[in-house]
Amino acid sequence: MKAIVTVVGQDKVGIVAGISKKLSDLHINIHDISQTIMEGYFTMMVLCDLSASELEFSQIKEELTEVGEDLGVKVRIQRQETFDTMHKL
Amino acid sequence: MEITNIFETVRMIEEENLDIRTITMGISLLDCIDADGEKARQKIYDKITTKAKELVEVGKAIEMEYGIPIIHKRISVTPISLIAGASSDNDYVAYAKTLDAAAKEVGVNFIGGFSALVEKGYHKGDEILIRSIPQALAETERVCASVNIGSTKAGINMDAVRDMGEIIKETAELTAEAQGLGCAKLVVFANAVEDNPFMAGAFHGVGEADCVINVGISGPGVVKRAIEKVKGEPFDVIAETVKKTAFKITRMGQLVGQVAAERLDVPFGIVDLSLAPTPAIGDSVGRILEEMGLERVGTHGTTAALALLNDAVKKGGVMACGHVGGLSGAFIPVSEDEGMIEAVELGALNVEKLEAMTAICSVGLDMVAVPGETTAATLSAIIADEAAIGVTNHKTTAVRIIPAPGSKVGDRIEMGGLLGTAPVMAVNPFGSEEFIQRGGRIPAPLHSFKN
Repeated sequence: MKAIVTVVGQDKVGIVAGISKKLSDLHINIHDISQTIMEGYFTMMVLCDLSASELEFSQIKEELTEVGEDLGVKVRIQRQETFDTMHKL
Repeated sequence: MEITNIFETVRMIEEENLDIRTITMGISLLDCIDADGEKARQKIYDKITTKAKELVEVGKAIEMEYGIPIIHKRISVTPISLIAGASSDNDYVAYAKTLDAAAKEVGVNFIGGFSALVEKGYHKGDEILIRSIPQALAETERVCASVNIGSTKAGINMDAVRDMGEIIKETAELTAEAQGLGCAKLVVFANAVEDNPFMAGAFHGVGEADCVINVGISGPGVVKRAIEKVKGEPFDVIAETVKKTAFKITRMGQLVGQVAAERLDVPFGIVDLSLAPTPAIGDSVGRILEEMGLERVGTHGTTAALALLNDAVKKGGVMACGHVGGLSGAFIPVSEDEGMIEAVELGALNVEKLEAMTAICSVGLDMVAVPGETTAATLSAIIADEAAIGVTNHKTTAVRIIPAPGSKVGDRIEMGGLLGTAPVMAVNPFGSEEFIQRGGRIPAPLHSFKN
């Protein structure tokens, strides 16, 4: 299953590192990553593959929310289809 | 995929209240018919609690994985008048209680289908069901009732129109302690549709499959935000903007319906292309119309603005999904729309203007509170007018009106939750008694000489 992790918040040192480390700890492979500053906020999206992870989707979501709280940013994870459906014909 | 697209979706959900309003499981009860009422009710309870056992759980899992809120999980069933009519029962309140118990067991917040279709006349079950509505709504929590009193092919059953005015009054009186809340769960239709996922008017038509999933979408906040970005542009641009936005919103409905149907192992019925407001700030259809340049919704120009909105939502939505159905249009339930509530309180919006608006959008005079002293005949006459609009224009219209006991124009009726706050609106003080007492049928209108 592929999912998209989105991260928004105040820019600071270590956000990309923190999120990537957590994904790596959860055995989640990153396929694509993109980061920019949008309207003054740090904004990142990570396309990842959950198939190697042993955790349930809900547990992964919880772990990512926690790491987001530690880093002071909002982290979400949604299945890729949510975005494909809306933006691709 | 572009990062801007990703965050456009995230923003729609997080900031602009994009949500799936409801996934509604339609369940046929035709195989529950039994001459013994008690047996029929047992079969009904067993079927609903089996078919919908995982509905709420699946809905929650989809919300969690796809990150899109699904506000309601609901059930619609075959009109109970058809099921209970085979029994020798003289009162169908027990059927409503069975539906209520089944809804509670599976955890859905509303179950629709305590209904009768009487556009041409009553059969035994219809008559008993209609008589049972006030008590059924007073003694249950989650049951919704509806009655279809007219259609373009059959005309308007004015006997039923007369009866429904009285039934609404009686329902208000039996739920007087909750300011007539029972009436918020009672819809009088013309041209009712059989696959509507929205409450209170949902029922599962006899032409439907045994069990289906229908989806109702929402998203007035997203449309308003999109129109904000084209300030001052001509209407062509507004129409294009609404179409594109409606497409995106509707795609989410299609996705959620597809996944839900797959996981529940039932066919996916339809997506209802709707803009359904809630009382929350930023989720109002009225505010969309104001964004088009109206000082307040209800002023001159409102009908034209709504016509454009309604049409563009459908044009954008149709291509986004496999099968379209239900009511499909922008809803204008007064108590559930923060912009409309304010417009009524400022004197910008009245019942007459709402009636005009219902001629070009979904669905009718919806969630309108009127003074407690409004007579049954006046309520019936309001129903007749709405039905005439629907029957003549080949569209669904409905009346969901609350004559809150003891209330006066200017009072506020608190319905609670998504039912919102209804400002009590004035009705015409002149009577319609003799008109309503005539009864009989208004013939179906002629639409063209097709041969």
